[in-house]
Amino acid sequence: MDDFAGAFSAAFRLIATLDPGLAEIVGLSLRVSLVAVGLAALVGLPLGAALALLRFPGRRALTVAMNALMGMPPVVVGLIVYLLLSRAGPLGVLGLLFTPTAMIAAQFLLVVPIIAALARQVAEDLWAEYEEQLRSLGCAPGRAIPTLLWDGRFSLITAVLAGFGRASAEVGAVMIVGGNIDHVTRVMTTAIALETARGDLALALGLGVILMVLSLVINGAAFMLGETARAGAR
Amino acid sequence: MTLWRYCLALVAALALALPQATEAAERYITVASTTSTEASGLFEHLLPGFTEQTGIEVRVVAVGTGQALKLARSCDADVLFVHHKPSEEIFVAEAFGVARHDVMYNDFVVVGPEADPAGLRGKGDVAEALAAIAAAEAPFASRGDDSGTHKKERALWAAAGIDVGAASGTWYRETGSGMGATLNTAAAMGAYALTDRGTWLAFRNKAGMAVLSEGDPRLFNQYGVILVSEAKCPYTKSESGQAFVDWLIAPAGQQAIAAFELGGQQLFFPNAAGGGS
Repeated sequence: MDDFAGAFSAAFRLIATLDPGLAEIVGLSLRVSLVAVGLAALVGLPLGAALALLRFPGRRALTVAMNALMGMPPVVVGLIVYLLLSRAGPLGVLGLLFTPTAMIAAQFLLVVPIIAALARQVAEDLWAEYEEQLRSLGCAPGRAIPTLLWDGRFSLITAVLAGFGRASAEVGAVMIVGGNIDHVTRVMTTAIALETARGDLALALGLGVILMVLSLVINGAAFMLGETARAGAR
Repeated sequence: MTLWRYCLALVAALALALPQATEAAERYITVASTTSTEASGLFEHLLPGFTEQTGIEVRVVAVGTGQALKLARSCDADVLFVHHKPSEEIFVAEAFGVARHDVMYNDFVVVGPEADPAGLRGKGDVAEALAAIAAAEAPFASRGDDSGTHKKERALWAAAGIDVGAASGTWYRETGSGMGATLNTAAAMGAYALTDRGTWLAFRNKAGMAVLSEGDPRLFNQYGVILVSEAKCPYTKSESGQAFVDWLIAPAGQQAIAAFELGGQQLFFPNAAGGGS
């Protein structure tokens, strides 16, 4: 029980003293995960909507694959990105291994299937509702994608937040492709893993508390934003 | 219009994802090292001094010795700083490494529950100590990850004439993880474990565990440093990497290693040939 009390006091101490080491780690965590999720949303949302609306051979297989990829273990994604970016791998010339860019790439791959699969469901439901109307206006399914995404934007926020949750919480992929290098690629989750390895369970849990608070703040902000926009749209 | 805006957002996000120019311009080397040097806090103590003197940033990727060697073989590190001399010598013999230098040593210890159900206390002979664990079938947490400590541990079991492979999953439990994680597991299971003294001294979750067998010459733990060969790995930053190797084995680095203490105890003892104390 000491560890639980210690965790909260450690978390409080780190926040209250504005620990510069912590600020750096939190900053990098946010930068990596937000950029990865931003990119994943730009790719995943249209991809999901296209899967819902367009009819092409292999659509069902792709949909099932996308759903299955949601369960891809981060450590496997990390391994794939590592093998690609390693100096011995096909993209080795770029020298991106053990950089934040490599971590963004890994989280991007993890998050795209989640956002695409959830966006597909949202778009499919909206399409069922509006298909006749849009078709009567002479709008082909392909042209309807931006309209449906815009119409479903409040539901899609949840899809993007689910992606962000996955990105900011995973440790397996960023540990492999980032290397948990101090001041370079150390993020919240890898710092938690390191403090656990050092046996400083209270500090590790304290960092976990801070990560959860951050996640709460981001989700809260997204929720408020959605509420305000929804009220404005009425 | 919408598509144009979409492309703009994509480009902007990609620009954020790419490494910033300042990041790439800095002089840095990547060192593949072991969990013991990182978890003990040695690098946090050593590196600022080196960076201040030379302007070279050192990026440490701390993994097990086995994985560190693999990283270096794929040319993903400039310098290796590990602790399994036989593997290191093979690495150099295969021309992946330029040369191997002794840097420092400490020793391994067998830790376990203070109650000591297998009766290890007072057994200075590590083979006898391990045999006592096997005879009592007391739980033993092994790294199981092909790290330097794991290789050492298997060699010690072999010296004790015990086939732990047959006991795997019963009293012999392979965690397949780093030293710290294995110690956490051992603490929770009341198991024995082999650990390097540096990690042990820095470890904060000792929960009723103590050092039970130590001092056998076979528990000697030598750390070596190797510059990765530019002939095998053209991307190796030889100049900066060599500067780091030279600094570690020169009096400056050796004294910095000797000065690293936790709770008044020295964790690593410099022993580079011709340098240091």
